[in-house]
Amino acid sequence: SKTKQGITGKIENLVKSYQKIDEELLEELEEILITADIGVQTTMSIMDSLRDKIKTDKIKEPEMIKELLKEELKEILGKFSADEKLNIEPSPAIILVVGVNGVGKTTSIGKIAHKLKKQNKKVLLAAGDTFRAAAVEQLKIWGDRVGVEVISHQEGSDPAAVIYDAIQAAKARQADVLICDTAGRLHNKKNLMNELGKISKIVEREYSTATREVLLVLDATTGQNAIQQAKVFKEATDISGLVLTKLDGTAKGGVVVGISQELAIPVKLIGVGEKMQDLQEFDSQSFVNALFGEE
Amino acid sequence: MVFEGLAEKLQNTLHKLKGKGKVNEKDVNDAMREVKMALLEADVNFKVVKDFVNKVKERAIGAEVLESLTPGQQIIKIVNDELTILMGTTQSKINFSSKPPTVIMLVGLQGAGKTTTGGKLAKLIKKQGKRPLLIAADIYRPAAIKQLQVVGGQVDVPVFSMGDKQNPVDIAKAGLEHAISNGNDVIIVDTAGRLHIDDELMGELQSIKSNIKPHEILLVVDSMTGQDAVNVAEHFNEKLGIDGVILTKLDGDTRGGAALSVRAVTNKPIKFAALGEKLDDIEIFHPDRMASRILGMGDVLSLIEKA
Ligand SMILES: Nc1nc2c(ncn2[C@@H]2O[C@H](COP(=O)(O)OP(=O)(O)OP(=O)(O)O)[C@@H](O)[C@H]2O)c(=O)[nH]1
Ligand SMILES: Nc1nc2c(ncn2[C@@H]2O[C@H](COP(=O)(O)OP(=O)(O)OP(=O)(O)O)[C@@H](O)[C@H]2O)c(=O)[nH]1
Ligand SMILES: [Mg+2]
Ligand SMILES: [Mg+2]
Repeated sequence: SKTKQGITGKIENLVKSYQKIDEELLEELEEILITADIGVQTTMSIMDSLRDKIKTDKIKEPEMIKELLKEELKEILGKFSADEKLNIEPSPAIILVVGVNGVGKTTSIGKIAHKLKKQNKKVLLAAGDTFRAAAVEQLKIWGDRVGVEVISHQEGSDPAAVIYDAIQAAKARQADVLICDTAGRLHNKKNLMNELGKISKIVEREYSTATREVLLVLDATTGQNAIQQAKVFKEATDISGLVLTKLDGTAKGGVVVGISQELAIPVKLIGVGEKMQDLQEFDSQSFVNALFGEE
Repeated sequence: MVFEGLAEKLQNTLHKLKGKGKVNEKDVNDAMREVKMALLEADVNFKVVKDFVNKVKERAIGAEVLESLTPGQQIIKIVNDELTILMGTTQSKINFSSKPPTVIMLVGLQGAGKTTTGGKLAKLIKKQGKRPLLIAADIYRPAAIKQLQVVGGQVDVPVFSMGDKQNPVDIAKAGLEHAISNGNDVIIVDTAGRLHIDDELMGELQSIKSNIKPHEILLVVDSMTGQDAVNVAEHFNEKLGIDGVILTKLDGDTRGGAALSVRAVTNKPIKFAALGEKLDDIEIFHPDRMASRILGMGDVLSLIEKA
């Protein structure tokens, strides 16, 4: 990935400028983690466990710190590596894509559709964002780009009705995967979250045979609020995976470490740009390397 | 929220010190640890937190404790005062040019809220009796132009566009000319979202800037932004020389520490706060309210004010 200007440089300098592992070094390390958006609480718990290891294994060399830290992070993020793959087998499958405003839901749907189409799947999109200005047109342009059909109603219509229709269409056309866009909504808006609950019920009722995946899209630029987003969306819709977007910027997306630890939701895909190919499968090992600025 | 009120924590840390006449160094150090944590939890950038805490320490050590306050409250007061100063003490508005049209350009990362905010500003400005024109200079995002047209329609403000096959610099220039010949006294240019490290697209903004000479280049920032807010703001400011900031999505439950980060690295005022998806959901930014939001201690402050 393109997660440049990582914290490696900083850690490299850090371990070189210390002769031994002391409190000062550990404090600087703490700072590096926090600036990657890992968050105070998660950083503290990582540091505690690091301190324990240093003590029990009698580690003296500052050089060793880097490896220890990587191991620690990989352990947290790799816990669910078995679940990192998109869950769309057996066909038919339905993917519901949710998240707060502007994080990259619609774009990610375009990218996922492109990826699945390359695997020769029959893909159908549902324009479930009937609220935002030109959201339907945006998804339709993605549909054209990728070459998949989009089921839509007019702006302002009931999103649940769109999803209902799209499910009927997916059945009729024997689509392998139906991917549903939804309007961006902040998790603290009760009525909008209830609307998601209604959509989930329709999926349950109308498409109970389908393999189900609910993806929460998170923007890597987001700070600690992402934890709250994940918590509340998980309660409302049974989130089964995360998509972390905008990792082509300078933000590290470290907040997913805390989410992994606290909420046990696997990251499945990452977005690294605005083009349809700019989607990668999440691999905890390389993500941690990228956090440290290594390709 | 995960986080219990800072004020409460400080009160607990310092309640034993009740009745002392002066704040001593030890009190301050204990308190500053809590302050530091609170600011970091609120996503204020680490460096900004460090500088801030050092400043507060200097001011707090040896400070007289007011008759009506405990040392804890006194420190909270100092923290809040300093934070408010850092956030900017006065409210700032749009500077309208004495030689219309006033040129406003909205810039920022992808998905920050530029297009929506453009519509909100247009509505606000129109209510002030002006005749704004929105200019669709985002040729990259699928349906960006359509989005602006819908938004423009909702607020009954015309939208100038040349489709997505022309260069954004040419669109901006033509839009300005169109405004002049049509008697529009304000133009608002909606630009595509871009990464601050994308040299090519940052170059495009510089070129728009040198061609239409904006009076206000406003950086639109998502209030949920984390530690990276300083990088973003620094880059946009270096490359473009921004005139102010608009903070969006404050209707969420984020503490909004990015506000402080952006303000600290650019020293430019935050002019507006956007609080929803509807086109009325914008207001003048209140630095003092933001300070208490970041600290999560509105209630205690009002107590202190009463005291
Ligand atoms: N740099 C970068 N930009 C991205 C990425 N993913 C999406 N974007 C951009 O982010 C902006 C918002 O993306 P959308 O897909 O419209 O986001 P959304 O979540 O559907 O937004 P709403 O429907 O308005 O809530 C667009 O300008 C996208 O091009 C990514 O991985 N990297
Ligand atoms: N809740 C809330 N949503 C907002 C606010 N401002 C914008 N949005 C939403 O955020 C999303 C992105 O807004 P846009 O105006 O498309 O953002 P943009 O910066 O123009 O995006 P790009 O052009 O893709 O870079 C949309 O879903 C908006 O409705 C706000 O203040 N509160
Ligand atoms: Mg969308
Ligand atoms: Mg836009």
